[in-house]
Amino acid sequence: MLQAHDLAACRGESTLFSGIGFSLAPGSALVVSGANGSGKTTLLRILAGITRAAQGTLAWRGTAVDPFDPGLRAQALFIGHVPALKDELTAEENLASLTSLHGTRAEPAALAAALAGWTLTRHRALPARVLSQGQRRRVGLARLSLVTRTLWLLDEPATALDDAGIAMLRTVIAMHLAGGGIAVIATHQELGLPADAIHPLRLT
Amino acid sequence: MSKQEAVSGYAAWPGVAWALRRDLRLALRSKAELGVQLLFYAIVVTLFPLGVGADPSLLRALGPGVLWVAALLASLLSLPRLFAADFADGTLEQIALSPYPLPALISGKILAHWLTTGAPLAVASPILALQFGLDARESAALFAGLLLGTPTLSLLGAIGAALTLGLRAGGALLALLILPLYVPILIFGAGAVGATHAGLAAGGEWSVLGAALLASAVGAPVACAAAIRIALD
Repeated sequence: MLQAHDLAACRGESTLFSGIGFSLAPGSALVVSGANGSGKTTLLRILAGITRAAQGTLAWRGTAVDPFDPGLRAQALFIGHVPALKDELTAEENLASLTSLHGTRAEPAALAAALAGWTLTRHRALPARVLSQGQRRRVGLARLSLVTRTLWLLDEPATALDDAGIAMLRTVIAMHLAGGGIAVIATHQELGLPADAIHPLRLT
Repeated sequence: MSKQEAVSGYAAWPGVAWALRRDLRLALRSKAELGVQLLFYAIVVTLFPLGVGADPSLLRALGPGVLWVAALLASLLSLPRLFAADFADGTLEQIALSPYPLPALISGKILAHWLTTGAPLAVASPILALQFGLDARESAALFAGLLLGTPTLSLLGAIGAALTLGLRAGGALLALLILPLYVPILIFGAGAVGATHAGLAAGGEWSVLGAALLASAVGAPVACAAAIRIALD
């Protein structure tokens, strides 16, 4: 259960957005849309607890949370618009390293299954520096298949993905929601998620 | 670690181990960067005997100070990269959001930084000390002092690196910020070699270097964590 009340964010002097409030029950997703610079990323970073909101409160399961709240950190998975990969490490090593950073043991079998699910098996031993943008994005997103978290915060997850990648993304998000998870997704693209689970939010 | 962080149930040691293992692996993948810093140290140290001439007593008096100053500069050379790469590729965000305590993850990073930068300097210093005619006891004091002092340099330097994250003239600012903090380490580190040269016991110098190491090992990761959270905001 994620609740936001009267959130506002500023960049310097100008207000990005204000008066944003929502309540997400288990199994529902907030899809944030809006023009470039309308504050989608900032909203996600506020929800993840990286950025401080100029105003407003945030509650997780009924209790107010602060930025970098350890309770929320153990429940949320934030995937930013940069995939957080190390160029020197291979696709597989990157995925294993990020998974264990989230406190989940990266079992070889689960790792192989996640790589296969995101059609990365052929590229698993390549250093991330030679992967295409779409493949890098897939390595980042493959964490969704490995790390168990209730709250997913995805910033432009479909960027650079091909149709098959978007279909895979749609499948894992739908499964997450069906299992009682919550997601906040900032996106330009139509992801084709089940309409009854979606709460649209348009930032202007 | 705050009380709240202890409650969340993720221990500190796996966090230290994660960061240490990952950073060591990254360092081994880019060996050129490892060599550059050590080579810089060797070259700066070697410039002095070439520059001031081959007067044995002069070199012997200069030696400890030169070796220590060069170690400070070499340490400074590698510091801007400590957090900047992770900051640029978004990994630092993920590190800050990890359920492991952030100071623990940072401790692991600093330990890896010392193992790949400070420790090689300490190991190389007795060989470089030959150019200044330091005898075995003085070389041993130099080695021990660097072994005790360079971790403190990494720890203090990490605070500066975290504070200057994302700034445009970060590297220069880092030097201005950190070099004054290095002064006590320089004085007592070079002083230990000087005392050994004069035939005195250097127990006091060791104690100060050890105390500085312990204090910064406790304080620096927490300070870095606070600075990184501000940089990410």
